[in-house]
Amino acid sequence: MLRYFLKRLMFLIPVLLGVSVVIFSIVHLAPGDPAEVMLGPSATQEEITNLREQLGLTKPLYVQYGIFLTNALKGDLGRSIKSNAPVVDEIMERFPATLTLAVLGMIFAIAIGLPLGILAALKQNTWVDALCSFFALVGFSIPNFWVGLMLMLLLSIYIPILPSSGFDSWKNFIMPTIVLGIQTMAVIARMTRSSMLEVIRQDYVRTARAKGISDRLVLTRHILGNVLIPVVTIAGIYFGHQLGGVVITETIFSIPGLGRLIVDAIRAQDYPVVQGGVLFFALCVGIVNLLVDLLYAVLDPRIKAQYRAAK
Amino acid sequence: MNGPLLEVADLNVIYKTYEGTVAAVNGVEFSLEAGRTLGLVGESGAGKTTTALSIMGLVPSPPGIITSGSVNFAGKNLLSLSEKEMKKIRGNHISMIFQDPMTSLNPVVTVGVQISEALVAHQNLSEAEAEKKAMEMLEKVQIPGQRYREYPHEFSGGMRQRVVIAMALACNPGLIIADEPTTALDVTIQAQVLELMRSLKEEFSTAMIMITHDLGVVGEVCDHVAVMYAGRIVETGSLEQIFGNARHPYTLGLFRCIPDIEEETSKIRPIEGLMPDPLDLPSGCPFHPRCPQCMDLCRTVVPGVLDDGGHRVMCHLYGKGGAVHG
Repeated sequence: MLRYFLKRLMFLIPVLLGVSVVIFSIVHLAPGDPAEVMLGPSATQEEITNLREQLGLTKPLYVQYGIFLTNALKGDLGRSIKSNAPVVDEIMERFPATLTLAVLGMIFAIAIGLPLGILAALKQNTWVDALCSFFALVGFSIPNFWVGLMLMLLLSIYIPILPSSGFDSWKNFIMPTIVLGIQTMAVIARMTRSSMLEVIRQDYVRTARAKGISDRLVLTRHILGNVLIPVVTIAGIYFGHQLGGVVITETIFSIPGLGRLIVDAIRAQDYPVVQGGVLFFALCVGIVNLLVDLLYAVLDPRIKAQYRAAK
Repeated sequence: MNGPLLEVADLNVIYKTYEGTVAAVNGVEFSLEAGRTLGLVGESGAGKTTTALSIMGLVPSPPGIITSGSVNFAGKNLLSLSEKEMKKIRGNHISMIFQDPMTSLNPVVTVGVQISEALVAHQNLSEAEAEKKAMEMLEKVQIPGQRYREYPHEFSGGMRQRVVIAMALACNPGLIIADEPTTALDVTIQAQVLELMRSLKEEFSTAMIMITHDLGVVGEVCDHVAVMYAGRIVETGSLEQIFGNARHPYTLGLFRCIPDIEEETSKIRPIEGLMPDPLDLPSGCPFHPRCPQCMDLCRTVVPGVLDDGGHRVMCHLYGKGGAVHG
């Protein structure tokens, strides 16, 4: 199992290399010149040329990439053009807020989506099912920035019980958590419902019922154990999706997280921060996928057996 | 014990589907003494499994509805029991072995837990005691007890079916319903599993309903036989009565379908036609469209049952006491 884990960890290397090439190319092929932006409209051509020289922007692209990669491997993602602080420090300063938000969003999505899906399946073709499915459809269909604005309007302005921005108390997290998690919640609810309906019809559930054990035990031991496998897959994929959603959520609620950092950096053409931030996001998504794969092994002994065989 | 262990009378089950109402079981009647084995024989769709599920109280509802009848087990009408009371019977006094061992075990639960959970539910055993008993049950079906913690995918098909048998026998039930327990297995494994079932049945003196479409299996393990066609029992009797003196044209047809190694294969005569559409059963005797001895009467009137010393036949050929051989 440990060897399998390490092997999977190795797979992250080509993924990150690929991401680094793509992000480096996009940032450097994009129009606009960081030196011009930094110095403002009043700068002379000489000043701009000097700064370009200083930043290493005059070297060929592949040399620049080589320098970027070597430094990145040493844990150095360069310095922010805007603040002159190391990019790694900037990321680490902003990351806790983003991670908290992403995890809270996931917890919200699972805590609401899973019971909703189970309830809908147990009450299949009743009004309860219809209501749950409608709720899930709405949750999936409305764009989350709109949800954010509407929640803000409702809970910060009409009934002012929650702060609309900032990052100092737990109250600040409520609305962003809902905004970030609502789509994942809807997807988990729908996935749980369909997975439940499939599992309920399986022979082994009938076998379990034929043993005369309690309905509760049939649900928790025999049905849910099997329902969770596809739900975990979807939740893992959507966790990555949520990290993307963080950009919007953090912007709406003025939360100083990684998403905001990158958005601001793009506006300021602060390319080292953009590169470093995106690379860091890719690393996070890779790690989450790895964790999901390991979670499979916990949930499904057949997969665990494959892992053992694959070492 | 006085009277039969199980007595099913006038059982009627329908399934309400979008296409219409399926009459799955129509007035089924049979009884079974403690410790005996009844073979329930018929083609796919004859209503064998629905009959079994009705006894277990597990007819899927919706769409299934038991419209009338009674299932008396050890003096209680199971159809009038609440779900809670039924749970105490299921797995404890009556248990069921399902057809496909590949799908009837939960892939993510160890076989040990799947055996012991019935013991915990019914016999007030602690987890540890149940585990010990479950290991004993595994040994009984010739699987080493230390494989308790393994998952179904680590067992072969025949072994899985033995696990299912251990599960069914765990609480030492009075009745086991085995729904085609060997159909999904290889022929060599079939024989082993049948032999195992027979010896355990003796050891635990359990009554059994063996659902099968294989008359060979019936001949090996059953004391009584009931032949089902289109939701009805068309002929029933002791093994000797049915195998020695089958009367219903359908039963005779089934016997003619068995290949004989001493005769040429061209002599197998399958029954012409197909099972009737259960949405639209024929009038009169349900077998009449396929019956080689069909008479005018058969097309309009449902035959009554002629009882000849426990050998019961539902056919107009014998309806007026005449014993014409088919």
